[in-house]
Amino acid sequence: MLSIQNLHANIDGKEILRGINLDVKPGEIHAIMGPNGAGKSTLASVLAGRADYEVTEGSVTFWGKDLLALAPEERAGEGLFLSFQYPVEIPGLSTTNFIKSAVNEVRKYRGQDALDAVSFLKLMKEKMALMNMDQVLLSRSLNEGFSGGEKKRNEIFQMAMLEPKLAILDETDSGLDIDAIRIVANGVNKLRNSENAVLAITHYQRLLDYIVPDFVHVLYQGRIVKSGTKELAYELEEKGYDFIKNEINIEEQV
Amino acid sequence: MDHINYIKEQFDQLQTAEAGSQLQAFRSKAFDTFNQLGVPTARNEEWRYTRIAPLFNNGFQLQENNLVLADVVTHRMPGHEKANELFFVNGRYSADLSKIISPSLQLALLEDALQGEHKELINTHLGHSAVYLRDGINALNNALVQGAVFIHVAKSAQVEHPVYIYNVTDGRNENVLSQPRSLFYLGVNAQLQIAETFITIGTQDSFTNKIMELVVEEDARLEYYIIQNDNAQSNLVSTTHIRHIGKSFSHGVTISLNGGIVRNNLNIVLEKAYCEAHLYGLYFQQGNSHIDNHTVVDNVSPNCYSNELYKGMMDGSSTGVFNGKIFVRQPAQKTNAFQSNKNVLLSNDASVNTKPQLEIFADDVKCSHGCTIGRLDEEGLFYLQSRGISEKVAKAMLLQSFVGDIVDKINIPAIRTHVEDLIAERLEYKVD
Ligand SMILES: Nc1ncnc2c1ncn2[C@@H]1O[C@H](COP(=O)(O)OP(=O)(O)OP(=O)(O)O)[C@@H](O)[C@H]1O
Ligand SMILES: [Mg+2]
Repeated sequence: MLSIQNLHANIDGKEILRGINLDVKPGEIHAIMGPNGAGKSTLASVLAGRADYEVTEGSVTFWGKDLLALAPEERAGEGLFLSFQYPVEIPGLSTTNFIKSAVNEVRKYRGQDALDAVSFLKLMKEKMALMNMDQVLLSRSLNEGFSGGEKKRNEIFQMAMLEPKLAILDETDSGLDIDAIRIVANGVNKLRNSENAVLAITHYQRLLDYIVPDFVHVLYQGRIVKSGTKELAYELEEKGYDFIKNEINIEEQV
Repeated sequence: MDHINYIKEQFDQLQTAEAGSQLQAFRSKAFDTFNQLGVPTARNEEWRYTRIAPLFNNGFQLQENNLVLADVVTHRMPGHEKANELFFVNGRYSADLSKIISPSLQLALLEDALQGEHKELINTHLGHSAVYLRDGINALNNALVQGAVFIHVAKSAQVEHPVYIYNVTDGRNENVLSQPRSLFYLGVNAQLQIAETFITIGTQDSFTNKIMELVVEEDARLEYYIIQNDNAQSNLVSTTHIRHIGKSFSHGVTISLNGGIVRNNLNIVLEKAYCEAHLYGLYFQQGNSHIDNHTVVDNVSPNCYSNELYKGMMDGSSTGVFNGKIFVRQPAQKTNAFQSNKNVLLSNDASVNTKPQLEIFADDVKCSHGCTIGRLDEEGLFYLQSRGISEKVAKAMLLQSFVGDIVDKINIPAIRTHVEDLIAERLEYKVD
């Protein structure tokens, strides 16, 4: 469903992504790991359509469509979802109203009728149960004053409401307590089927115990420098990134 | 004929026509001031960014007018069925159009009231705004005061229905100068809600120079809402002057959505200890409109509290001014005074000039002020868009969120909804 080829991207003239290649098929879970500043969030942002980044080379197709030609809201309509590493606080905008607008705008994009108040409420209830989501949070202003963990819960709740085909989770596990990680991971797993996929960016093996990846990629200095199966995550946890850095340095010397 | 001569002629005519009026001396004194100062120019520091003098080349006329209800009916504000309604047409009170449904509200023409039991009260308070506004435009209203009203709210009266005030100018044939004038007195423990708006009919230029003075007694509670959404040919100086003469409470919201050149003077004088004042404002401008909010909070006595929050959204080539003065006099220890002005520029051609001005002569006070001028939050915009919300709707949602807390301060539900609708209409989107 997602095919990234030789993707290069700059911000403020500085090259951050330096030739990413990645294929994601329906039903798959991919994990992306890598040291701080490697470009993981940049990749997520470029896929979601953040304007600050300039794509200088390469292509991305999503279900055969040129993803990079679409506005961020069109990408969401096509079924892409980004769980933000740092969700934005918007004082004065009720979380429920925001989610309702999002659900109905996406429905509109897909040629579906807007949900009426009753159907929307029913959907909310269902997903709240699935995600163990607190009603009180939803009545507050969007992310305003939410704790780090509450913000991440809210991201995953939005994902559950929008039922995307590709969910990009950018360090959704950071800031979550141990119980919350399990709940969030269970939620993600319950929403999984053979038609959708997950791209999980994480620093920790723990999340991958619950959301078991088919592939693990290491992103380093703007490139995917190593790919493997879930065992690679264990190896990284054990050895850190040095062994990869060393491998690369050796290659470069050769 | 230039406007100075025209004003002089009108003044002479008025004084002759009302030779026995109690207002003779008041007008004369003001006319001298006007003669001396003229219409303020940019040389006056208080008017540096708001240039009204050139407007007077338009040859504004003072005109008596007999509009009928049919002319104004579409402009009545929602909830009017259960409101007292006061109409000023071309600056003069129209008894025909107005309706009073609350028995505790006593209204009289100022001329008549000066013959009655409240004479002393009126003489004490009429024109007090001039103490704070030493300029020719304030003097101009005073010099030609005519068709003004005095409204008396009796002790302990809880006026159940709000007072809606319509300042109507008939600009169908002539460029008209309107000078509505009112003096409100809220007795001890009285409660009153006011909602005021400005309407220009027709397409000629208009200049409205309104003065509303309010006197608030011990334990009284005043709420006032000022809604400005007039056409681009209508210019306005709106002066609202509130004297808290006993420990009392006021709460006001000024909403400015449309107009030509609009200047709001809002003065809050906290004369007794433990007064409380809340001042909120929202301006959402477009085109070539100009909005200027000049506010004064004067802490004369100790232990008063004031909270001021103005928010602006500036589009097109609109220009804005915010000038917030807070005075804390030497005896006003334990003053709590807060002020904040936040602006969002929605276009490259819009601009805002914001200036807090604190003058503090007491040492044990808590005062704060802050102002920001920024652009729409790009992070927030992307966040909303990434959830499938179109750029246009996302912008509308962010802007409505930005001003929501101000609109929420309008405690008359029908007026609050009305303002929400006006903003939603402008943004072509409403959060439900
Ligand atoms: N506006 C900018 N100008 C210059 N460099 C930038 C800018 N924004 C981000 N970067 C740099 O881009 C690089 C990649 O950042 P990115 O957020 O993608 O890293 P990451 O892999 O997600 O890291 P982390 O694990 O810490 O979240 C970093 O070195 C960062 O400093
Ligand atoms: Mg990151």
